[in-house]
Amino acid sequence: MESSFSLAAFLGQFLVGLSRAMILFIVASGLSFILGVLRVPNVAHGSLYMIGAFAAHAIATALGNHPAGFWAAMVGAPLIVGGISLAAERLLFRHLYEREHLMLLLFTFGLALILGDLTKMTWGADYRSIVPPPFLQGSLDVLGTALPRYNLFLLLVGPAVAVALWLVSAKTRFGKIARAAAVDREMVGAIGIHVSWVFAWAFVLGCMLAGLGGALVSPTISVTLGMDHTIIIEAFLIVTIGGLGNIWGALVGSLLFGVTQSLGVLVLPQFAIVFPYLAVVLILTFKPTGLLRSVW
Amino acid sequence: MLWALGLWLALFFAPLAAGRFTVYLLGVILVTGLLAMSLNLLVGHGGAYQFHHGAFYGVGAYTAALLITKTSLPAWVGLAAGPLAAAFAGLMIGSLCIRLNKLYFGMIQISLGSLLWILALRWYDLTNGDDGIHGIPLPEALSGSGSAFTFLLAVVGVCLLAMHRILESPFGTTLRAIRDNPQRCAAVGIHVRRHQLTAIVIATFFAGVAGVLFVVLEGSVFPDMLFWVLSLEIFIMCLLGGWFTFLGPMLGAAIIVLLRTVVGGFTEYWTLILGVVLILLIFFLPEGIMGAGHRLRLYRRRAAGPPSRGGDRAAG
Repeated sequence: MESSFSLAAFLGQFLVGLSRAMILFIVASGLSFILGVLRVPNVAHGSLYMIGAFAAHAIATALGNHPAGFWAAMVGAPLIVGGISLAAERLLFRHLYEREHLMLLLFTFGLALILGDLTKMTWGADYRSIVPPPFLQGSLDVLGTALPRYNLFLLLVGPAVAVALWLVSAKTRFGKIARAAAVDREMVGAIGIHVSWVFAWAFVLGCMLAGLGGALVSPTISVTLGMDHTIIIEAFLIVTIGGLGNIWGALVGSLLFGVTQSLGVLVLPQFAIVFPYLAVVLILTFKPTGLLRSVW
Repeated sequence: MLWALGLWLALFFAPLAAGRFTVYLLGVILVTGLLAMSLNLLVGHGGAYQFHHGAFYGVGAYTAALLITKTSLPAWVGLAAGPLAAAFAGLMIGSLCIRLNKLYFGMIQISLGSLLWILALRWYDLTNGDDGIHGIPLPEALSGSGSAFTFLLAVVGVCLLAMHRILESPFGTTLRAIRDNPQRCAAVGIHVRRHQLTAIVIATFFAGVAGVLFVVLEGSVFPDMLFWVLSLEIFIMCLLGGWFTFLGPMLGAAIIVLLRTVVGGFTEYWTLILGVVLILLIFFLPEGIMGAGHRLRLYRRRAAGPPSRGGDRAAG
């Protein structure tokens, strides 16, 4: 037991936790963005993450596992997910914006049920995995610890997504309109902006992040049905402890979640997954609105 | 209400007249229906976003299962402790949730409820994890399927009666007033949070009863009982039957359970169908079957007689 507390093990687990946190962040930030603008907890988010992973696998396989196939998958999978969410939003979801939030939530649940089974129909229940390009395979030796290159790659992608999302939401015209529409959609509509389309793009952007998360996770785990069910709970927890709708809150929440879980493995392997949940309970007990300021 | 009482009495003869599977199915409907009705007590009448009601159902069931299998206490003690444990969990989680409103309430509840789920899933030594606990020995009096059903039906009847009395009491009226306008209620001196917390404890108690009845019916428990998917599925039952009616959720549960049994017989894509049903409901029947029936009768009455004032419970 003592030997597992060595520096190498600690560093290794820490990195695993950080890279897991990056995946969680990408998914949770999409959820948080939708929560911030549309005020709807998107239950279908997990299904879109799963579809992203399956689509990434399909694209990579179609290109014969060529290194370029990996990059095509990373771009193509979020686009496919974006297309699905745009269709769902324009055909159905937009007619419900005037209704109670409970109905919006139940709609996204219906969508999750449908998308889950459609994934099963399309891709079946097999386990799949995709291969990253050669330069992301293997590991780097840092301080005597072998750090997998792909995990280091995730550590670059996560912050890049955070900054990009922050730029979109804080600096672009679209982001400003979206934030304004979240606060007072009638006023925004009154000055001649198509609020319905603003909501649509906000929804699609959030969902594409779920797809991207799914695509990025696909080389690290086996892609299979049911991967939608736990990620959505984790993403919900993360946005709640981070402060609903706050992108940076999602980042803090993801780091807390990923790192407590991976370091928990060193202490109590069987209960590792319980640690982040306990952290959530502690945070919500003392700060029910989350660590950072909610946009609500 | 008289027809409901008649139906309830008639069901006592079901084990004599119907086959084992039919009786079992009726049992599933009663248990699920009780769970959905306890949720509706909070959501339809209390206006609270009780997103993870299934967690309390699981707490009730697991408490009974664990006390029966892990301790030497009589089985009846385990069965009686289930609802109490659920109500206690409801008090704990509820007092954290009610500090905030609506969606925040719901999100916090999903978070805290998921902690219970993960414990049931991961505390392998205690709960058997994924596999759940099977073959829970029941008291002698409940061991036959016929007598188990009679017990179930009796308990559900008593619970429904109790819920009806609660909702018709001044407390129930206050609860609906809080649902419709919490600010005004607070302004006239109603302690909003205390009422909501009381409602949560009551509703989670009945969810615990449903959990215990599940143990009586199935003789086993699973971590899935505490998973968020079940919690949203019982929302569908409330929606289908009618939020603002008393027996609506029971009707919704009956339809969903029957549909699942029938549809599950010839396709593996039951959740797809459930999803489609849910979306159709949201678009075309948001008040549910009994809510729509209620509205229809109201229109007829108006068309027949002079316009009446009040008595119209608008959905909102």
